[in-house]
Amino acid sequence: MKSAKMKRRRNNMIVHIILAILAAIWVFPIFWVILTSFRAEKGSYVSTFFPRAYTLDNYRKLFTDTTILNFPKMFMNTLIIAVFSCILSTFFVLSVAYCLSRLRFKFRRPYMNMAMVLGLFPGFMSMVAVYFILKAVGLTEGSMIRLALILCYSGGTALSFQIAKGFFDTMPLAIDEAAMIDGCTRWQIFTKITLPLSKPIVIYTVLTSFIAPWVDFIFAKVICRANADQYTVAIGLWKMLEKEYIDNWYTCFAAGAVLVSIPIAFLFLRLQKYYVNGLTGGVKG
Amino acid sequence: MKEKAVRNVDLSDPSLSEVFRNGQSAARLSAPVMGLGCILHKQVIKGLLYLAIEAAYIVFMIRSGLHNLAMLPGLGSVPQEEVWNEELQVYLYTKGDQSILILLYGLGTILITILFFLIWRASLRSAYRAEMLDLSGRHVPSFTEDLKSLLNENLPFTLMTPPMFFITVLTILPLIFMICMAFTNYSKIDNHLVLFDWVGLRNFATLFDSSSVLGSTFWKVLIWTLIWAFFATFTNYFFGMVLAILINRKDTKIKGFWRFCFVLSCAVPMFVSLLIMRTMLQPEGAVNVMLRNVGLIPAGSSLPFFTNATWARISVIVINIWVGVPYTLLQLTGVLQNIPADLYEAADVDGASKVQQFFSITLPYMFYVTTPYLIATFTANVNNFNVIYLLSGGDPVTNLASTAGDTDLLVTWLYKLTIENQYYNIGAVVGILTFVILAVGSLLTYRNSKSYKEEGGF
Repeated sequence: MKSAKMKRRRNNMIVHIILAILAAIWVFPIFWVILTSFRAEKGSYVSTFFPRAYTLDNYRKLFTDTTILNFPKMFMNTLIIAVFSCILSTFFVLSVAYCLSRLRFKFRRPYMNMAMVLGLFPGFMSMVAVYFILKAVGLTEGSMIRLALILCYSGGTALSFQIAKGFFDTMPLAIDEAAMIDGCTRWQIFTKITLPLSKPIVIYTVLTSFIAPWVDFIFAKVICRANADQYTVAIGLWKMLEKEYIDNWYTCFAAGAVLVSIPIAFLFLRLQKYYVNGLTGGVKG
Repeated sequence: MKEKAVRNVDLSDPSLSEVFRNGQSAARLSAPVMGLGCILHKQVIKGLLYLAIEAAYIVFMIRSGLHNLAMLPGLGSVPQEEVWNEELQVYLYTKGDQSILILLYGLGTILITILFFLIWRASLRSAYRAEMLDLSGRHVPSFTEDLKSLLNENLPFTLMTPPMFFITVLTILPLIFMICMAFTNYSKIDNHLVLFDWVGLRNFATLFDSSSVLGSTFWKVLIWTLIWAFFATFTNYFFGMVLAILINRKDTKIKGFWRFCFVLSCAVPMFVSLLIMRTMLQPEGAVNVMLRNVGLIPAGSSLPFFTNATWARISVIVINIWVGVPYTLLQLTGVLQNIPADLYEAADVDGASKVQQFFSITLPYMFYVTTPYLIATFTANVNNFNVIYLLSGGDPVTNLASTAGDTDLLVTWLYKLTIENQYYNIGAVVGILTFVILAVGSLLTYRNSKSYKEEGGF
């Protein structure tokens, strides 16, 4: 009896030690970036793990030194793009998910199959073609690039309706039927009944589409090309690690990374519940 | 008598042949003159709208559409030329053909024509419906009533049209465009960047011919892509599952804290954490510095994380575990908790060890439930551009003649081929082949999986 208890305690100890080591490995890079963002020495190559001196200059430089890499401008660009593409994609995703979940029409099955097939193509295989199309309609010059990026980020979102559809599927149909008997049109049911009842998924959709422009890097790079004044934060941070900038900008990169990560980390930690619900809902069925 | 016959016709979804068989002259005349049937049967505004669409289409076709279509088979042949202008004393450039624009406009015209055909069919149906209702003495919906129905019975049409428009223009049209490029010689090779031609299946032949440089690169990249996707998917799956089990054990203390530690790393934007990892693993990066300070490797030397082919391949897989496990942890926790507890209780009674339970209860159950998830993850990993591009950039390049490095996946190779080398046609072929492999692969595994064969059986 006693040995069984001992064995359990020993196992428990081992598990906790393993977890502690793993947690350290997972937290280590994040910890390191935060340290680097406060480091006073310049350059990417350091001989010590902990900085020799701490400073806030990296954050200050990020917002004041706008001659080479204009971080405040990039920040504003990304913010504008994020706000508009968030409005458009939320509208697209929710309305498509609502139609596919609640209404029956001839195009329903073909649409879902089409979304599945399109999902198998490498996402940016068509990126070059998208660039040519946007160029043909004159959206790749000057401030029109912002519009082009907004369209890129929101245009295809209606193909990833699955999580929102899964949510709408779980709502009882009886509510819709009752409203229909009371004389509601389907539009009224959508805006006055379904949406207010699905706050979690609305919030989830708004936030995921708001985050997308902050973390996408490759689309922005192909569409902006050399137009440095239209860069988004992601390209800016990537630029800071290029050979010609890395010595001066490395610690600023860390500062920028921390600044971008804080709001996203906050949103993600608040939202992980919905994230998990949406995914497991999809797995179940 | 006739009125009654008309009354019984089903008007909900008339086919075109029904329209021509049962329709009267007005409905039939709507074929050449769109909207005529509607105008003659109390739907004047709707009819005029149809007529305006037809007029606009005809004007478009005459002004540019027919020209666009005519250019499509040849893709243009007039090169840009310098001409000496005597009056101005400068060289002027004549406007040559640009094959890429000809292809784009041609495809655009085809799409517009398909759209027009759909509207034409809708106009015939609506003319037929109006005519039938009018002849049988029933109420023909007015324009305002039609508009109102857009928010009610026809709500799918209203809500799906804008997203569909953007999907067509920004996803479907570009895809068709790229697929077309696979059959041309649009490439920097032989300088076909301005004027190019259709070449049939020649690009596919080049890529499958393993004696050419491109061909041998293709097979090498394909094999590595499959190895990568397999390991990336299953290492994450197992580690995530084991971690979830460890955290959710009955005896584990401070569960929330452990979960927070792991989830924190997926709260950081992926491109940021990948760039951080890349800089940390450079020859003079934090990891090598630490190892030197601790004394595990001699001073001045460094581990070749991204400079040796085998090291680089293992590095990207291991870092992918770091990046991906928190997500898997989040996703699998819920599924694991759904495993019926009595299965474990019965196993405990029978004296099975925890490890035995894991292999004979947890794993089979998880495989059974998460097959669709695994397929989706495998697909995502084949197309996993970010991890490879931001970590190793496909490096190291051991064969200088080839365009791909040792860790390049099909997608990153595609990126290099199109953006960096401007071999647009070969890039398009690689994209198509990726799609074919994924489509066939996921279809076969899904068909053979238990969760498809016996739905809801466990």
